[in-house]
Amino acid sequence: MRKPVLALVAALALLLGSGGQVRAQEEAKQQEAKHPPHQKWSFEGVFGTYDRAALQRGFQVYSGVCAACHAVKHLYFRDLAELGYSEEAVKGMASQVQVTDGPNEQGEMFQRPGRPSDPMPRPFANDQAARAANNGALPPDLSLITKAREGGSDYIYALLTGFKDAPQGFKINPNMYYNEYFSGHQIAMPPPLNADQVKYADGAPSTVPQMANDVVTFLSWAAEPNLEQRHRIGFKVILFLLIATGVFYAGKRKIWSRIEH
Amino acid sequence: MAVPSHPAPSAGPRNRILRWIDYRLPFWEVVQHDFMEYPAPRNLNYWWNFGSLAGIILVIMIATGVVLAMHYQPNADLAFDSVERIMRDVNYGWLLRYIHANGASMFFLIVYIHLFRGLYYGSYKYPRELLWMLGVVILLLMMATAFMGYVLPWGQMSYWAATVITNLFSAIPVVGNDIVTLLWGGFTVGNPTLNRFFSLHYLLPFVIVAVVLLHLLALHQHGSNNPLGIDKRGPQDAITFHPYYTIKDMFGLCVFLLVFAIFVFYLPNQLGHPDNYIPANPMVTPNHIVPEWYFLPYYAILRSVPNKLLGVILMFGAVLILFLLPWLDTSRVRSARYRPIYRLVSWLLPIDAVILGYVGSQPPAGYIVTMGQLATIYYFFHFLILLPILGKIERPLPLPLSIAEAVLGPRRPAAAGEGE
Repeated sequence: MRKPVLALVAALALLLGSGGQVRAQEEAKQQEAKHPPHQKWSFEGVFGTYDRAALQRGFQVYSGVCAACHAVKHLYFRDLAELGYSEEAVKGMASQVQVTDGPNEQGEMFQRPGRPSDPMPRPFANDQAARAANNGALPPDLSLITKAREGGSDYIYALLTGFKDAPQGFKINPNMYYNEYFSGHQIAMPPPLNADQVKYADGAPSTVPQMANDVVTFLSWAAEPNLEQRHRIGFKVILFLLIATGVFYAGKRKIWSRIEH
Repeated sequence: MAVPSHPAPSAGPRNRILRWIDYRLPFWEVVQHDFMEYPAPRNLNYWWNFGSLAGIILVIMIATGVVLAMHYQPNADLAFDSVERIMRDVNYGWLLRYIHANGASMFFLIVYIHLFRGLYYGSYKYPRELLWMLGVVILLLMMATAFMGYVLPWGQMSYWAATVITNLFSAIPVVGNDIVTLLWGGFTVGNPTLNRFFSLHYLLPFVIVAVVLLHLLALHQHGSNNPLGIDKRGPQDAITFHPYYTIKDMFGLCVFLLVFAIFVFYLPNQLGHPDNYIPANPMVTPNHIVPEWYFLPYYAILRSVPNKLLGVILMFGAVLILFLLPWLDTSRVRSARYRPIYRLVSWLLPIDAVILGYVGSQPPAGYIVTMGQLATIYYFFHFLILLPILGKIERPLPLPLSIAEAVLGPRRPAAAGEGE
């Protein structure tokens, strides 16, 4: 953990160019991290939509595995309806958690079953508690993770499936794990996915690549829940603009034909 | 209702209410004079579309920005989450924000092309020096506005860009540190910084509007320059703005909106940085602090100089030097078409700017540093040495007698002579 003053000095050093060497080393280290290979995603391309079955399976992986350490603080239970769950199912899922509400008329906080309008529960009360439970490492919030990392969804997939034994001679620190795709190759997160860890409701085989694919689809939706609407509107807008471009071009030619030019 | 008797203007509005208004406030008259019947050179090419495009994107930015400000919280604890609320819970909030965020990039793209148009066709020369300088003022205001806007989402890049850029002012001798404290509203980038940046980010666009109006006023004093760079000699050289250039601008607008829409709907985060989806954290410095693409060339100039104060001077100088351009360029011929050497040289500047942009995006190590230094030297060499000398030694090609002659050919000598 660096102090802000140090960080400031570092930033200024970078600016002055005198920090070039330190930076070059840092960069070199980062360069070592393998480039995440591209995966085929249901939501890419002009007409891309989220595969609903993968979303639901991915949510199962998130809540069964990731949620032990990682929050998705920008998601509410009501958002789960977009995964294809019925209103009743969403109410059911929300009611399984106890939420602190209040104060009531006596001025006391009280527990009540969750409602669809409640945010998804967080595994830790605060960052300090999260660090205390994870050997000092802070598991990042996952609501924006696919947009907050270079490489996006491909990177998260590669990271989840990129755990390996450290190569000979690589010094790995205690409580750290070797991952080909992580900057510096040492990550505090233990390999999260193991085969058959989750029993899928739809009976799909829960292999590691399958679970990684599903949970990354879910996380991509969590980061960009309006992607489908964006794609739909975008297509119409572009179609409209193409026609308008043609109309105005024809109009321009017609009007300009009145004069020599 | 008695309409006061006055000499009936032939071109006045037919509608009685409009006529009543026009007699008291010449709204219609101004529209007629400065927009509909405004005489524009008949030979303007598509490079001349970018002025009106810049005006339109300015309006788009203000319109989306005003609505975003209704939902945004300028508070260090709430700003990041409020942006996510806009993205998720505000109706079409994602659309507004993606238009606004990508609109900033589009605005700079358009203005840079507009600026290059001015450089290539010598639009900054007599008698349009003030028109040009007002344009440079707009560019500076845009840069300040864009920088402060980028800070508002309060992500990692917002925070660290604010830290790096505000720290530049500490290079100013004697008062530097006091200026930085004033900018921050404290002793580090924090909530007061965010608050004042939000306030100024809302204010400056309206200042830009005011300067744009002055820019238009100055434009209409002598009229648009044109690809030939020669003055209009008579009515045969001009056509009315409406309908010829209104329809041409509409066509150009549609093409531009297509490009804009591809970014907004299909590549909305392409021009941004992933780190800005991580909430600001003063304890963690990003590996690689980079500004938005439109600031990369200046950033490269800044980093090319080992001395901080000199780096800051050169970085701001890169823009401020444009104020002097009308006097640095000693050639009296405006258009590069008739300046055989300048015609080639004028393309070296944007190439140099692209190289600087690339350098600015890379970590400053190895050959990148040298490349940045050479490109910086060329940038200033272009303005301070090349342009003054070129005007003296270059032999311009013969200029056409009039726009009409160049456009229509010499087969209408009578028409060309009429306007004299």
